[in-house]
Amino acid sequence: MNLATKDIRHSFGRFALTAVGIGMLLMVVMGMGGIYRGVVEDATLLIDRADADLWIVQRNTRGPFAELSRVSSTLVYRAAAVPGVLEAREFVYHTIQRQRDGKPLRIAVLGLSWPTDKGEWLPLIAGRTLGQVHYEMIADQQLGLALGERVTLGKETYEVVGITENMISSSGDGLAFFSVSDALAIQFDTPGEAVRLERAARRARGEDFELAIRQPDVLENANKPASQLPAVAKPQISAVMITLTPGTDPDRVAEVISGWGDVSVYTADGQRELLLKGSVERVRRQIGLFRVLLTIIAAIIMALILYTLTLDKIHSIALLKLIGAPNSVVLGMILQQALILGFVGFGIAYLVGRQLFPLFPRRVILAHADLLQLAGIVLAISVIASLLGIWKAMKISPNEALA
Amino acid sequence: MSQSEPAAIEAEQLTKIYGSGNTEVVAMKDASMRVEKGEVVALLGPSGSGKSTFLTAVGLINSPTRGRISIGGQLVHDGDVAYTNLRSFRRRHLGFIFQKSNLIPFLSAIENVQIAMQLSGESARASRRRSMELLEYLGVADRASNFPSMLSGGQQQRIAVARALANRPSVILADEPTAALDGHRGRQVMELFAKVAHEQGAGVIVVTHDHRALDVFDTIYEMEDGLLSRSAPSESAHASVPH
Repeated sequence: MNLATKDIRHSFGRFALTAVGIGMLLMVVMGMGGIYRGVVEDATLLIDRADADLWIVQRNTRGPFAELSRVSSTLVYRAAAVPGVLEAREFVYHTIQRQRDGKPLRIAVLGLSWPTDKGEWLPLIAGRTLGQVHYEMIADQQLGLALGERVTLGKETYEVVGITENMISSSGDGLAFFSVSDALAIQFDTPGEAVRLERAARRARGEDFELAIRQPDVLENANKPASQLPAVAKPQISAVMITLTPGTDPDRVAEVISGWGDVSVYTADGQRELLLKGSVERVRRQIGLFRVLLTIIAAIIMALILYTLTLDKIHSIALLKLIGAPNSVVLGMILQQALILGFVGFGIAYLVGRQLFPLFPRRVILAHADLLQLAGIVLAISVIASLLGIWKAMKISPNEALA
Repeated sequence: MSQSEPAAIEAEQLTKIYGSGNTEVVAMKDASMRVEKGEVVALLGPSGSGKSTFLTAVGLINSPTRGRISIGGQLVHDGDVAYTNLRSFRRRHLGFIFQKSNLIPFLSAIENVQIAMQLSGESARASRRRSMELLEYLGVADRASNFPSMLSGGQQQRIAVARALANRPSVILADEPTAALDGHRGRQVMELFAKVAHEQGAGVIVVTHDHRALDVFDTIYEMEDGLLSRSAPSESAHASVPH
């Protein structure tokens, strides 16, 4: 006869309510782990999806994810010429914030290296990849943009031609994919008044030069667009991604590129490491500490609940001892109730969490490894929490049945 | 009942002292009692006279300070030294009935009887069959699936009696078992003890204030101020208890 289940059956309402309470608590512990997993996943998503073997960034920076990186857009041609490089792609990445329907819309803008990269690697759930070099974008569903919707960014309007799923930046903003030139246009968009002021400033500076005095036609250039001036550099990009030919040793190519004085080079693993050790590390530790605290709190609450359940059964336990029940029967009853409570709570946490977590603003990922780890923790805290009740039960004298 | 056969239970010069020095209280002094197999003994006495102290000592719940307890010829206690695992011994040889029914609230009536047998290693099926027989015998079979809170005091007490009989104990100890019952039911319970004693060869000690059923008992003891003395015998009962 299983006394634990008999007791639960008898006071099922109270047990169910207690299990729901424990379940909610465990759901928060589970959620904390899921939030951490989501942060890591979001942070490393682009690195993993972009599938580059090497990243070339501005010299002495940890860019483009951990910090700002600026490299010349011509770097992509230099990199492509290195032996062992199969493909070099421009990487442009920045975050913008605009108003949409009266609400702030944060977009992580990512440039695709047209025409070699049209977004074939993106997890599309609707629409298509980029079909032309300008005025098209692929948006993540988190941005709330509909397929075919037209969005004005800077001076241009872009049509949403594809929708992705779970493409989130490390800060939790939805990603939008443009061609590199469009991404740069959005990044370096300058208002008309600013352009006019810049041209006036150019003219004022030029008037002080002897060359302009001797050749006044030179000053005419001051009024032209920056893109038509040979002396003005092209907009800079964030980084260059390199794909190596099969069988090429990444370290050898990295050694060649790191010899250039203007850039640093990292492997994909190195980039991921930089990100996780940098901006994500504090978040990881913060969430980890909260998780530990919540686990301890859950253990304490479970211990108190089991202790109270034991106190409620003092008379029954004394009676069992009086009629000769060995300690193992009493101990088994309390331990089994603790385990049932723990695992029913875990089940509730999982089921409710699966319904609730998708509604959270940032991704909460319930990884199998994390769930198994939490199940192990629940098992441990169930056993530990039952110790207080077992200790009390062992102290109960059969005499108390006669009181 | 022959003196050469081992007694169902034999208590020799049991003394129980609580506290020490100025706070010392002698609850029981040199109490001796021999209950033969099949004998039904009543233990009378006013409140605080030491009856419960005696019962818990021979029931192996509280150790005596001095004295010896033998059950079925086996020395179990000598002073506060136990010669066996008392809990296991209680489970196999003793049946308890109390003033209050003392049922486990989260078990149904039949489960309250079954638990005693299952603790002794009886299978679920066998224990259920015997429990049902006992409940039928005691007239509460129709309440088998009810929880104690759904039963009257008398019904609860009969379930407790069934539990005490479940393992066919060699000694049954009852502490005012009829206190919660009316006179008729009380007498029925007393007669039941007599039947069990005679048919199963169990020794029965009943602490009681109920003088109306004293004729059921074979031997009567009285206790006053911790001193136990033997009184007069009485007639016994009949009918058949499930084996």
